[in-house]
Order: sequence, then structure tokens, then C-alpha cells
Amino acid sequence: MTEQIVLYPLFLQMAISIILMFGWSKIKFQKVFSVFGSILSLGLAIWLFSYIWSNGTQTIQAGNWEAPFGITFVADMLSATLVLLTAISGLAVSIFSGASVLKDRLRFGYFPIFHFLLLGLNGAFLTGDIFNLYVWFEIIIISSFVLITIGGEKAQLEGAVKYFTLNILASMIFLTAIAVLYGITGSLNMADLAGQVAEVENRGLVQITALLFLIGFGIKAGVFPLYFWLPASYHTPPFAVSAIFGGLLTKVGVYALIRVFTLIFVDDPFLNNIIMIIAILTLVSGGIGALIQNNMRKVFSYLIICHIGYMIAGLGMFTEIAIAGAIFYLIHDIIVKTNLFMVSGVVYRLNGTNSMRDLGGIYANWPKISLLLFIPLFSLVGIPPLSGFWPKINLIKAGFTNGSYITVGAIIFASFITLVIIAKLWAEVFWKEGKELPLRSNFGYFSKMTNTKRLQFIIPVAFLSIVSLYIGFGAEHVQELSARIADELVNSQGYIDAVLKSKN
Amino acid sequence: MEILLALMVGILYGTGIYMMLRRSMVKLIIGIILLGNGANLLIFLLGRITKGSPPIIPGDAKVFTEAFADPVPQALILTAIVISFGLQSFAIVLVKRAHTVVRTDDLDEMNATDEDS
Amino acid sequence: MRTTIILKTASNYLLPVLLVFSIFILLRGHYLPGGGFVGGLIASIAFILHSFANGLSKTRELLIMHPGFLLPVGLAIAFLAGLAPVALFDLPFMTGLWSHDEIAILGSVGSALFFDIGVYLVVNGVTLTIIFTISESA
Repeated sequence: MTEQIVLYPLFLQMAISIILMFGWSKIKFQKVFSVFGSILSLGLAIWLFSYIWSNGTQTIQAGNWEAPFGITFVADMLSATLVLLTAISGLAVSIFSGASVLKDRLRFGYFPIFHFLLLGLNGAFLTGDIFNLYVWFEIIIISSFVLITIGGEKAQLEGAVKYFTLNILASMIFLTAIAVLYGITGSLNMADLAGQVAEVENRGLVQITALLFLIGFGIKAGVFPLYFWLPASYHTPPFAVSAIFGGLLTKVGVYALIRVFTLIFVDDPFLNNIIMIIAILTLVSGGIGALIQNNMRKVFSYLIICHIGYMIAGLGMFTEIAIAGAIFYLIHDIIVKTNLFMVSGVVYRLNGTNSMRDLGGIYANWPKISLLLFIPLFSLVGIPPLSGFWPKINLIKAGFTNGSYITVGAIIFASFITLVIIAKLWAEVFWKEGKELPLRSNFGYFSKMTNTKRLQFIIPVAFLSIVSLYIGFGAEHVQELSARIADELVNSQGYIDAVLKSKN
Repeated sequence: MEILLALMVGILYGTGIYMMLRRSMVKLIIGIILLGNGANLLIFLLGRITKGSPPIIPGDAKVFTEAFADPVPQALILTAIVISFGLQSFAIVLVKRAHTVVRTDDLDEMNATDEDS
Repeated sequence: MRTTIILKTASNYLLPVLLVFSIFILLRGHYLPGGGFVGGLIASIAFILHSFANGLSKTRELLIMHPGFLLPVGLAIAFLAGLAPVALFDLPFMTGLWSHDEIAILGSVGSALFFDIGVYLVVNGVTLTIIFTISESA
């Protein structure tokens, strides 16, 4: 029963999306079933998480072919945590989509493809095989292509062309890297590769392969010179789609970077230096980019890039405490970024625009909702008891121990600039006196909605805000979790043993 | 044989990147296709080429007795081909839709997403 | 689009032949070159050829249902074939199950065959949906 617990999240998402496909045109059924399935998968993810927490890393060999020959699925603490976070964001966005995505768009299979995307995310987190990771990445990007183009407006299609081109390029570079890696080691299993790569004598070739992985995953994660597709496309699709993209898609890139650079390509000062430089430039350029934007979703898109820098910086420093900081930030970031895009969706429904110049007066008109939206916005900044504060302490501490003062400077600069941006946003959107905007006909304003529909907007935001508050106030638990994950990642022998010596 | 394939891979990557850098959307797709083929050929090449001995065990034997071709790269290429088939057909549909909506083939004129709003 | 009478007549005969051939390829696939993916492509070629000769609407009538419906059916079959060892024998996902007795023509049947049938249907559905979408908007 519990032997194959690793695969259960995949089974469930697959089953949900198949059932939803059978009800292709029944939108009401899809809405209800999607929420129901997301609740189930949240329960399953909690079970998986607690099981891994008490029993350690679990593996399963698909098709009963022993590692390193078959495809292995591995759930260590990092994977289980990310599966849990995926389920939490998935549930929130599933509720949010029911109300915020237009009926015309739901008719084109929005929900089945949404669950396919979640399947791809879970698969990418749980697989232990580098080529299988590529396949899950492709499942993710194919579903995301459909979600980003659904509806087919002009800006959407233009954004999709940019998103599509760079993501395919990233996949090709990833595939090239896999080809070279297979050529020099003859293995695809990540645990096996860890041992094989260490024995290769031609270190130059290994470094080039590592750089190919860095570029491929870097495009997906949106790090410094490779992020241009992200602010060009994330503000175009429906808000629910932006939310799941902003929360989870770039984080898959970060996850892959963390996995590959803590397991396979380790102990290489050259690579760590490159990662550090990239992290610093990402922090600075993302922050400065966000300063000049006017559209709320574009501001958040640049903030995604800026905050990817924290996680990459933690990876680059490569001490246990730095990685713990990066993991803590990852946990906080997935929840908050998903929530932020939903916040922009709520604001859009309140006033009919996302332009900060035109918005205003929301605090005067909707004080209770404003207070709710305050939580995610200021969690992002990291005002002390809220969730963004704690991981930065880890990172800065690690920076001082390593003596990398420039990184510390960049981290502080980025936090400061985030504070400026969010304060500006708060002042412009909530406090500034509102203009009289021309009322749009045929637009579902929040004030005209029925109460059930309003709840569908408010509940997911409130749910994720509560999770954020927990991460902030229960920081000791999350800190303990991230320290344990960091310990597993740095001492990767446990992972390798679990994969190669398990006889299932 | 290896030299020839290595040259081929280089040419495919080079032309693919060159095509992707052009301004036309159609050339963009051609570039993506060429790049995908280059990557597949690279997997094939780096999986070591063994001529004329497919990895199929004869009916009257239990194990291989001679050197045989590695089946893994072939499986990988097959998977990659299937995936790129899906991606490329999606790309064609997307570009077609984009062309009817934006009414241009020029990628430089696609800047609605950078407008301030 | 004008089509020649030769293509029109030929496609009427080719459709059943190609479909039978695609099933032959599907069944042959376990030990010899062939399988669900190739079979599915051949089957979709049969319908595409028919639509070239007789027009898209005729092919739609012939298919009765939308080809997109093949997707969930195929996925479900393939998924259940993978799930069978988990549910019945508590073996890892996608472990091959084989019947002991040989069946005439098919040989020994295993869960892999059902997985292949699922792939066949999915490939068929996807290809037809894509081609129909492209030729509709053309």
C-alpha cells in the first residue's frame, strides 16, 4: 500500500485530467470536480510529506527495472515539500479559475490542461532520471503553451510566440546537455550520474556540460541575461494562469538547478562563481526593471526575476546554511507569487484596470479587502514577522561567513528595492485618491457579483495568505524543514544510497 | 562516419540558430525544426555507433554474444522525436493564428507586449 | 480544391486497407519493428488521405465523433494498463504482466499490448485534431 506512495500524486493528477477530458464541454462539472480533485491531491500531498518526514527518502523503480537501468522515482524531503506546495497553490488557483476565467476560455479544455500542468510539475519534482526530467519539462511547457494562448487575444499570441521560442530553445539546450552527459558517462540516472561524473578525467568537458545545464535551466528559471521572455508574456494570459505560472513554472527551473548542482556537478569553484555572478546580476536587474513598470502584473513579473536571484545566490554560496536559506525562500516564494497574481486579478475586478497610474482609492472603497491584500504584498517584502524576512537572514549570514560581501550587498539592495516598489504600489493603488474611470460595459465588476462568486475570488487569496502567515509566524518549523532539506542536499550520499541500493 | 555525422550536427545547429535569429516567423519554425533534428542526431552520435548489429537477441539465445548497438540512445531519440512532433505542430498552429491576428510575419513588429499599460 | 477522380477512387479503397495495415503494425510491434505510435500515425494518414480526396466534412461524417474524443479514451486505456500491476499484484507501476497461454494469431498477450493500444488511439486522436484544426483555418 505505502510502497508506491511516491507515485500516488502522479496517479491522482492523471486520473483527474482524464476524467475532466471526458466531460470536455460540461463546464459546471469541471469546475466542481477540479476543486474536489485538488482537495484530494492536497490531502495526498500532506500524507506523502508526513510519510517522508518520518520514514526518510522513498524510491520506486518504474516497471520493476532496477536502478540505474530503469526509470527511478524518488521522493526526498525537497521533492515532498515541493509536491505539497504545488498542491496548495493548485487548490487555490483551481478555486480562483472557476470565477475569474471567462466561459469562452473554459470551453477549450482549460481544466484538463491545468491538471496536466500540475501532473507535469509533480512528475518533474519526483523523478530521479535526467531524461525523464526532460520529458516532464516538455509536458509542462506543452500544457503551459495551451494555457497561455487560450482565448487568442493579440497581446496573448504575441506573448506566446516569445514564451514559446525561448522555452523551446531552453529544451533543446537541455537535450544537448543530456546527450553530452550520456556520451561521457553512459548513464541517465541522477544518483548514478553523481558517481560517474566525479570519475570523469576530462574536467573541461564536464564543466561545459554543466554550463549547458545552467543555460537550459536558467532560461526556464529566468536568470539574468536570459529572462526577457518572462516579462513579455506573464501579463498577457488570464489571471489564474499568470498565478500558476508565476508561482510554479520558474520554480521548476530553480528546482532543477538545485537538484543538478547539488547532486551531479558539485565541488567546482568555477561553476559556483559563475552562479554567484549571475545571482547578483539577476537581483539587481530584476529590481531595477520592476521600478519603471506601470502595469501591476509586469511589476510582479520583474519581481519574480529579482527574487529568483535569492535562491540562485543561496545555491552559489553552497554552504549548508545558504542552501537552507534558498530552500526557505523557495517555499515562501511559491506561495506568495501565486497569491500576488491573484491579488492583481482581484484588483482588476474591483476597478477594471491594472495600470497603477489609473488605479486608486481601493482602501477607501474596500477597506476589508485591502487589509487582506496587505498580507501577501508585505509578506513579499519581508517586514519582520511576515514570511519573506527569515530566509534572508540565513542568506546574509551565509554571505558574511563566506566573505562574499558583494552578494550580501546585492541581497540587501534587492530587499530594499522590493520595499520601495511595494510601498509605491500600495500608495498608488490603495491610498491615492481614485480617478473616475469610465465604466466598462460587459465587464464583470466585483461590486456586481453574487456572493458565491465573490467568495471564489476571496477564499483562495485568504487561504494562501494564511499559509504565508504560517510561514512567517511558524518560521521555526519551516526553518527546521529547510535545514533538514539542505542537509540532505549537501550530503547527497543518502540520496544516492536510497536510489541505488533499494531493492523493490 | 563519425566525422561526417559530427559535421552534420554542427551544420544543423548552426543553420538552426541562424534561422531562429531571422525576423520572419516561418524561418523561426524552420530553425526550431533544424535545431531539434541536430539535437537528436547528437544523441545518436554520442551514444557510440555500432554498425549492423541491432540490440535484438536472436530467438535461440538468452544473452548477447557479440558487441551490439546501445538501445538507450535510440529510445531517447524516439521520445525526443515524438515530443518535437507535438511542439512543432503546436508552433505551426500558433504562428498561423498569430499571423491572422497581428497581420504580419515580422517578429520585430510584435511589440504589443512591451507597450506601457 | 479540385481533386482528381483517381485520387478519389483510390482513397475509398485505400482507407480500409491502410486501417487494417495500421492494426497489423500495432500488433506486430511487440517483437518486431512497429507499435502503437507508428500504427496510430498510419491510421491517421488513412483519414487524412480521405479528407484530401473527399473534403473535410465527409471525413467528419465518416468518423461520427470528434477525433479529440480518442484522447481521453486512449489515455485511460494506457494509464489503466500501467496501473494494473499496482492494483492487482502490488508490483511497481508499469511492470509488464503476461498471460501464460498463447492466444492464436496474437501470441502471448500482456499489459504492454493494452498500453500500445492506448498509444495508438492517442496518437490517432492528436494527429487528426491537429491536421483538422490546421486545414479548417486554412
